[in-house]
Amino acid sequence: MEVFLQQLINGITLGSIYGLIAIGYTMVFGIIGMVNFAHGDVFMTSAFIALIFLLVLTTVLGMSSMILALIIVMVIAMVLTSLMSWAIERVAYRPLRGSFRLAPLISAIGMSIVLSNFVQVAQGPRNKPIPPMLSGGIEVMNSNNFAVTLSYKQILIWVVTAVLLAGFWYLVQKTSLGRAQRACEQDRKMAALLGVNVDRTISLTFVMGAALAAVAGTLFLAYYGVVNFSDGFVPGVKAFTAAVLGGIGSLPGAVIGGLLIGLIETFWSGYFSIDYKDVAAFSILAIVLIFMPQGLLGRPEVEKV
Amino acid sequence: MSETLTMTRDAPMPWENRPVLKVEHVFMRFGGLIAVNDLSFSVGRGDITALIGPNGAGKTTVFNCITGFYKPTQGMLRLEHADGSTFLLERMPDFKISAKAKVARTFQNIRLFSGMTLLENLLVAQHNTLMLASGMTILGVLGLPGYRNAERKAVEKAKYWLEKTGLTARADDPAGDLPYGAQRRLEIARAMCTEPELLCLDEPAAGLNPRESAELNALLLGIRETEKTSILLIEHDMSVVMEISDHVIVLEYGTKIADGSPTEVRNDPRVIAAYLGVDDEEVEVVEETLDEIIEGAAT
Amino acid sequence: MADAIAKRHGPDMSAAVKDALLSGLIALGLFGPLVGLRTEQNMRNELVVQGRWGLLASVIGVIVVGRFLLLTLVWPAMAARKERAGPASETPSAVRQAVSRWFAPTSLVFLFLYPVIIVSLLGFQGSLKWVDNFGIQILIYVMLGWGLNIVVGLAGLLDLGYVAFYAVGAYSYALLSSHFGLSFWILLPMAGIFAALWGILLGFPVLRLRGDYLAIVTLAFGEIIRLVLINWRELTNGSSGISSIPKITLFGIKFDASPDGFAKIMDLPISSAYYKIFLYYLILLLALLTAFVTIRLRKLPVGRAWEALREDEIACRSLGINTTNTKLTAFALGAMFAGFAGSFFAARQGFVSPESFTFMESAIIVAIVVLGGMGSMVGVALAAVAMIGGTELLRELAFLKTIFGDNFNPDQFRMLIFGLAMVGIMIWKPRGFVSSREPTIFLAERKTISGSLVKEGHG
Repeated sequence: MEVFLQQLINGITLGSIYGLIAIGYTMVFGIIGMVNFAHGDVFMTSAFIALIFLLVLTTVLGMSSMILALIIVMVIAMVLTSLMSWAIERVAYRPLRGSFRLAPLISAIGMSIVLSNFVQVAQGPRNKPIPPMLSGGIEVMNSNNFAVTLSYKQILIWVVTAVLLAGFWYLVQKTSLGRAQRACEQDRKMAALLGVNVDRTISLTFVMGAALAAVAGTLFLAYYGVVNFSDGFVPGVKAFTAAVLGGIGSLPGAVIGGLLIGLIETFWSGYFSIDYKDVAAFSILAIVLIFMPQGLLGRPEVEKV
Repeated sequence: MSETLTMTRDAPMPWENRPVLKVEHVFMRFGGLIAVNDLSFSVGRGDITALIGPNGAGKTTVFNCITGFYKPTQGMLRLEHADGSTFLLERMPDFKISAKAKVARTFQNIRLFSGMTLLENLLVAQHNTLMLASGMTILGVLGLPGYRNAERKAVEKAKYWLEKTGLTARADDPAGDLPYGAQRRLEIARAMCTEPELLCLDEPAAGLNPRESAELNALLLGIRETEKTSILLIEHDMSVVMEISDHVIVLEYGTKIADGSPTEVRNDPRVIAAYLGVDDEEVEVVEETLDEIIEGAAT
Repeated sequence: MADAIAKRHGPDMSAAVKDALLSGLIALGLFGPLVGLRTEQNMRNELVVQGRWGLLASVIGVIVVGRFLLLTLVWPAMAARKERAGPASETPSAVRQAVSRWFAPTSLVFLFLYPVIIVSLLGFQGSLKWVDNFGIQILIYVMLGWGLNIVVGLAGLLDLGYVAFYAVGAYSYALLSSHFGLSFWILLPMAGIFAALWGILLGFPVLRLRGDYLAIVTLAFGEIIRLVLINWRELTNGSSGISSIPKITLFGIKFDASPDGFAKIMDLPISSAYYKIFLYYLILLLALLTAFVTIRLRKLPVGRAWEALREDEIACRSLGINTTNTKLTAFALGAMFAGFAGSFFAARQGFVSPESFTFMESAIIVAIVVLGGMGSMVGVALAAVAMIGGTELLRELAFLKTIFGDNFNPDQFRMLIFGLAMVGIMIWKPRGFVSSREPTIFLAERKTISGSLVKEGHG
């Protein structure tokens, strides 16, 4: 029971991070039908941006309030990562829109290679650890000498994720931007004819996905306290798995999928074997795609003859 | 209603005699929508049978059930070859319906292999024959003469159909480069290369100009005469339907509303109503008068 | 009217300046933190940031100036040239036709003479690097590219886990030769068969998926195989890999310094170059086998069915083609060639570890196929030479150290430039180097089919 509860807490935390990244995948796939392969590396880069500004704030400027520093860093990371994602879309994907189907995918894979290697060259190949922060937590339960704790970091992650998702949900459901986005999802040509600025809407989709990935990156850094240039690929693939599991194109699906993947991963490591936790994640991806390609909340694809 | 109409006839219709395809009580549901509702009809051997009806009447769905792209929710599709062998199409996967039951089809929005030449398109259609001749590829890789003969024969057949469809001059051009009407003809030629017992054409005359339409009629009549292939076609162009078909079936909202010779169908008030868009109330009026006439005839 | 005048009088300078400055601002946002501030661990193992303002300034400077030149000189010049060239460039000139006809045979002759040329120029010792790093390395990727070309280029099935079959081949050879002492010549076909079986096993459940989903599932399978290789330590020795894998022998003759080794028998001075040259010819023949089989199969019903599948799967089914089997043959055959290449790789390295079979390898192979132009053998070979040879060349740029200082290591830019090249080539030629398609049969005249008509497949 204690182990179960602790794994549940850890799983939700991890799942929140996956969910935030998964939204970027699902939105981009929804609007232009492309797997944005570089998104995992965008997430990794945002964690590096957060790391650099956190160091600037704490070691150079001597800021003492960790919470405040983290919030400032998160905002900066969101802005700069959005800029980066905007630039990537502009340079590497937009010229290929409407051309050969594989071209944007290859371009995205190229961009993913570029990002991880750029960070490696610019920041070095080693792990980047930061001193522990926001340590401590609330003891939820204690029996048989096993204390189930909910750490402050986990609370932070839950709160930030919940608040941002609520704001994001409002943005997509209630504003004209969200409407334009859904229109482009349905029929890009028609949306353009009706006066929707398609290019801008697609750019904004990338920007929003990147902003949420930057939140995930900052939280990832705060939670694990270490980041490496190669940290983009595996969380990226898992977040994509989450998006597919939830039903690609569906925003609530991405969040639910993220939580499920996080839970499956922590429970698998807790009860079976840590070695094979990634195998479990990839197997779920394969199984879901083979037997339930529309995911949990997605619409089934009808084959038109 | 139409059942009663048919029953009043004395002799069974010619297409009921050993039909090539017998569709019996077929239903097709998509979720809550019933696209095909208890449909039964027969396609006569050697006939040109037309399936007509307004947009959304379920014609293409029927085609997809016959050719295996959809599995009907309920019902039976029985295909009988001239040699007597029968096939239950609803139980067969799509590619086997073409390979074994010998049903070929064309598509409403043309589906050619546009990056391949006309000749290649027609050779792909003879895949199963050539595959056997190539000893499932193994003998073919070694370049044995058996395969080369088979390929020569396949090319001859392709040339025959290119000739028939007037496309010989363009044999080495990619299919995607052909004008629209020629693409339609090539699709028919490709389907014929599979040597079908039943050829299903989904709106073959759509988008054709009058001259091309007339050529199409000649081609289809030719196929019926020389190849003895039965043809089932969906068509909106009434001039084509009335000119070449032996038997017309009319669908509306997934139900059969008329079934008979072109002249019979043309004069059927329900068909006229369905096509001219008469109000529902008026249809009832028409039906009532029709019923009265039938009752009068019966007594 | 005003526009036309502006065009004639060259680009708008003030707009170009504004645009360039804006690009600089964006570049500052993109590169400011990551280039300008480097995180380093200090003596007490704490992370600190160090400013690299000079480097940042030069990066941004290059971008601003580059953008300005692009706007004022390069793009107008390109536009002008396009205008002058007009539609005449549509029909290929006689020169180009001659080039395309003679390119393949000439390069084939060159490939067979390559070691001879290198040895005669640089001697046996000097030839090592050129035969091994360039010759063998590139040919391995040519072979992998041609193998994957069957799956991606012909059948139109995007496989992002191709490296898994390469790994199956490599580990088959590594394990069976170390444990049972079987020779390469027995294990080469076995490795191919194992990989093909794996191809069928993995292909069976996934081949009904369409589009990007197939790509992602194959990626997942590729990663699963790699993770199993890492974690199944009893069999594979985990991430430390398997070392001292036996070398290949030529009719039982070993390439070593032993009395009955190749050098002694031939009465030559001891050198590792003979083995490398032998390996070069071996991989050349394996690659040519791949090419031969592919060219042969394209003209057979199965090959035409692959291409038809890429063009339109539904039409294929309506013509009685069993699409599942057709896809499986493509998958299995592609996997088989990867298996051959894998066993060669293991024998050449003498060492295998899961490190060699990461997703990055799959991405590189897919990139080679797509950059080459899907389905074109010559294009794929060209792309392999450009991408692998090009990045290998970067290792040779040691002279740059004299410019950028001793800390500069061109090798670390290898993959960065590889990625940039992938993006750049896609934007420049989205359909790859050779996009046109050669018909497999013709009645009167062989006409090359324009790439714009050829479909790229749905899976």
